[in-house]
Amino acid sequence: MTIFSPRSLPEALQAINEHPGARLLAGGTDTMVEINFRHFEPTDVISLRHVHELKIFEDQANGYRIGSAIPYREFENGSYVHASRALSEASRTVGSPQIRAAGTIGGNLGTCSPAGDTLPVLSALDAQVELSSINGVRTLSIHDFMLGVKRNARNANEIITAIHIPKVDGYQGYAKVGVRNAMVISIASACLVHDISNKRVAIALGAVGPTIIRCRESEVWLSENVDLSMQSSLSTEVLQEFAHRVSAEARPITDHRSTAEYRTHAVGVLAQRLLKRAML
Amino acid sequence: MSSSSEIYSLRVNGKEQHVKDSWIGESLLYVLRERLGFMGAKGACEQGECGSCTVLIDNEAVCSCLVMAASAVDTDITTVEGLATAESPNDIQQAFVTEGAVQCGFCTPGLIVAVHHLLEGNSTPTEIEVKEALSGNICRCTGYGRIFSAVQLVISQREKSNS
Repeated sequence: MTIFSPRSLPEALQAINEHPGARLLAGGTDTMVEINFRHFEPTDVISLRHVHELKIFEDQANGYRIGSAIPYREFENGSYVHASRALSEASRTVGSPQIRAAGTIGGNLGTCSPAGDTLPVLSALDAQVELSSINGVRTLSIHDFMLGVKRNARNANEIITAIHIPKVDGYQGYAKVGVRNAMVISIASACLVHDISNKRVAIALGAVGPTIIRCRESEVWLSENVDLSMQSSLSTEVLQEFAHRVSAEARPITDHRSTAEYRTHAVGVLAQRLLKRAML
Repeated sequence: MSSSSEIYSLRVNGKEQHVKDSWIGESLLYVLRERLGFMGAKGACEQGECGSCTVLIDNEAVCSCLVMAASAVDTDITTVEGLATAESPNDIQQAFVTEGAVQCGFCTPGLIVAVHHLLEGNSTPTEIEVKEALSGNICRCTGYGRIFSAVQLVISQREKSNS
């Protein structure tokens, strides 16, 4: 087993090209659990700790380009808290302060767990994932990037270099159900983004399917029944119907964390709560 | 690009330490304790849930069980041993003793590092900020009340000595 500690992105891309099976190590908060519990024995590891290009945040005209190795902490209450309120709220719910100082959004995408906390946010924002190799850069919609439980569209010789999110005019929020406040993996989660300029609401669900679920049908129903060009107070009937429709789009399983029935109910409650906050 | 398979060195509490005969997948916690003899950080859950292995890497509090030791080359690692000595404990450690915030003591080194990190960044945290900052450190003995009292004691003592 060998560990590579590249000092620049070109060096990192060279390393992954020469060792396409290597495990990319970002914050380590997922990989080290697997190694500590002998669920995974690495052969080659490429540590991204010293690749400074992956820690750059750019405020661009229409959105933000987020370096993949920026830790959650910076979005929770650090330098980039302004980038997205939902991303900030989601980052705050990850693990503990120690985990949030180490774990990164690129790592969340790399692991691609259905319970990954920032993934519903990236889905609801229609984020673009930037993948680089020695052959160049390609950008993929988040919806095409996430393929299934811990499966994504990154090629073996690529590194997730950045995530692009748009600037949206309107409410955005994240909510999650777990057994307690800190140190908890989602039982169910949801992110809602109200895009006032484009008169639409996006809602994405976590931990209730093999990957993040975008509730397209509920979104269309809402745009047909509510004027989304502004904040308007909604009737209980509309809120309940929205909750019901979002629940119907969930595809949860029963596992050691919760039951499918509870998860179905929970995402409806979260959706209704977020929509209410959006329209306050 | 540096690639290393078996020998590397880590900067722990300001001193270079050579790590030999180790497997590259070893966690920083394991290397600190078993290879280098720093017994301050404790190992319990090995999945980042308990915080008893908290150390500072480049002044960020992290779980050393979730850091691949070999990836921490060229960083500044600070363990509880780097904050004070047994002969002359620092004010945080003394406050833990004064307030009875130590029972079995297993979680204490991680808590000391976490409190140190909190107060370095914010010398007058609110009660909720203290709770938030220590939310990654589990204590099964004290019920946390005495730990929060110890933190408050440090805050008030430091305020007094600064005024």
